Amino acid sequence: MEQPLNLVLFSGTDDKLQAASVLAAGAAAIGKPVHVFLQYWALDAFRTDRIGADHGLAPEAGAEGRLAVDRMARAGQTPWHETLRAAKDLGEVDIEACSLSMDLLGIEEADLDPLVDGVEGVTAFYDSAGDGQVLFI
Amino acid sequence: MGDDQATLVVDARGLNCPMPIVRTAQAMKALNPGDIVEVTATDPGSVRDFAAWSRTTGHALLASSTDGGLFRFVLRHK
Repeated sequence: MEQPLNLVLFSGTDDKLQAASVLAAGAAAIGKPVHVFLQYWALDAFRTDRIGADHGLAPEAGAEGRLAVDRMARAGQTPWHETLRAAKDLGEVDIEACSLSMDLLGIEEADLDPLVDGVEGVTAFYDSAGDGQVLFI
Repeated sequence: MGDDQATLVVDARGLNCPMPIVRTAQAMKALNPGDIVEVTATDPGSVRDFAAWSRTTGHALLASSTDGGLFRFVLRHK
């Protein structure tokens, strides 16, 4: 049985979510199961009313990085949430919200985009992670 | 291999990584063993990506060619 790829998403900026969604879709395309655990600001970006909004970029992007990202978007780059939808269509991609972060942000499961499959704690995350790699983004 | 032999053509021109692979994998799901898929792409990473994807998934890469900035791949569903 193929070990899953486990992505812990913490940052909620569009560049990091884009990079993470590329990793998830690439793994799904080769049949590798993917578990995504959403914490803090990444979880906030998955709220139904915010998922399509501008979530900014990591500080190191600077003004030049902003221009580069905008240029890619104008050229038709698939937004990160659509890449994740395609990844879920393609393979086994399970996206779970961290229950602690739900409390921290004061949000309910109903506030989250349908991309999110459920809510779990860190123990359940490690249980599903098996011996697969865990990446913190 | 000419276009007339392809069961399906995937136009991935203009798409960034990983979408050429994602679109091809999505298309493959609806096809049957032996079906031929032809892909055109402009993502420079796609040459190595399609070779790797073929090795990992078992869908045979029958042809991989480059014409300037245009890449063309022919795959056979396993």
